[in-house]
Amino acid sequence: MTTTMQGQVALVTGASRGIGKAIAEQLAAQGVKVIGTATSDSGAAAISAYLGEHGEGRQLDVTDADSVAETLKAIDEKYGQLDILVNNAGITKDNLLMRLKDDDWDAVLDTNLKSVYRLSKAVLRGMMKRRFGRIINISSVVGTTGNPGQTNYCAAKAGLVGFSKALAQEVAGRGITVNCVAPGFIDTDMTKALTEDQKQAIFANIPAARLGQPEEIAATVVFLASAGAAYITGETIHVNGGLAMV
Amino acid sequence: MSTIEERVKKIIIEQLGVKEEEVKPEASFENDLGADSLDTVELVMALEEEFETEIPDEEAEKIKTVQAAIDYVTNHAND
Repeated sequence: MTTTMQGQVALVTGASRGIGKAIAEQLAAQGVKVIGTATSDSGAAAISAYLGEHGEGRQLDVTDADSVAETLKAIDEKYGQLDILVNNAGITKDNLLMRLKDDDWDAVLDTNLKSVYRLSKAVLRGMMKRRFGRIINISSVVGTTGNPGQTNYCAAKAGLVGFSKALAQEVAGRGITVNCVAPGFIDTDMTKALTEDQKQAIFANIPAARLGQPEEIAATVVFLASAGAAYITGETIHVNGGLAMV
Repeated sequence: MSTIEERVKKIIIEQLGVKEEEVKPEASFENDLGADSLDTVELVMALEEEFETEIPDEEAEKIKTVQAAIDYVTNHAND
């Protein structure tokens, strides 16, 4: 068993800001080489800037199979392995179902759920051969509780939980764990997009009486990636200040 | 240079952790050699790498015995 994360290689999608950035930074602090992705070249450059010698930013559209294949090939050639995959990239396209457009449904499911299928499948071969891997999917509390105006997002985030449980069972014998972290309401650009009514309804129900910080999600991800979490698989860890206890 | 048969058998021994004498031509991976479904997927992956070929899923599903693996590679290998 690897007892330190020094020298491991991680891919973190959606790492230019918010939770993904905190995850990339904390993995880097553990001595992990981190490849962080963003949809834009400027986002990728920003990632390279904050990671410095600890890794690099790359432009990646997680909904584009060719882009995914290209990125993984480049990582394989440069780093030779991928130990940790953190599927963090996600978007919202909120609306009441009555008003939700097909495009909004498809975009959210493709970016938040199908991308995880795509990336996980692509990294499994290497992980299976090396008998080691950590796949960590960033779900959401609303995947469990639901949230009006987010049928698409909730469906995708709940889908990650089922996906992770199924894949965890397939590959547990190969030293690969697959888990979810389900953030509650975290202080990021995404929660800034919530309406005032949505926020008031949510905050009234958070026992911790505050938003969570991206670093608090990242700490949980780092734990799941560590050697100490080798016996945890198919699990969803909720980090939500008590908003939902499940 | 080893023959295709020897190379295929070597991969089966490594991947499934079985003894050489168990790897008889008629031996079934799942029924005789204790492989589960993921073991057979890995075995196919290993064959693909060793012989630098891609085995389509519909063909991979038919590779259930030692002889079937040898036959497939004999008919499709690049070298």
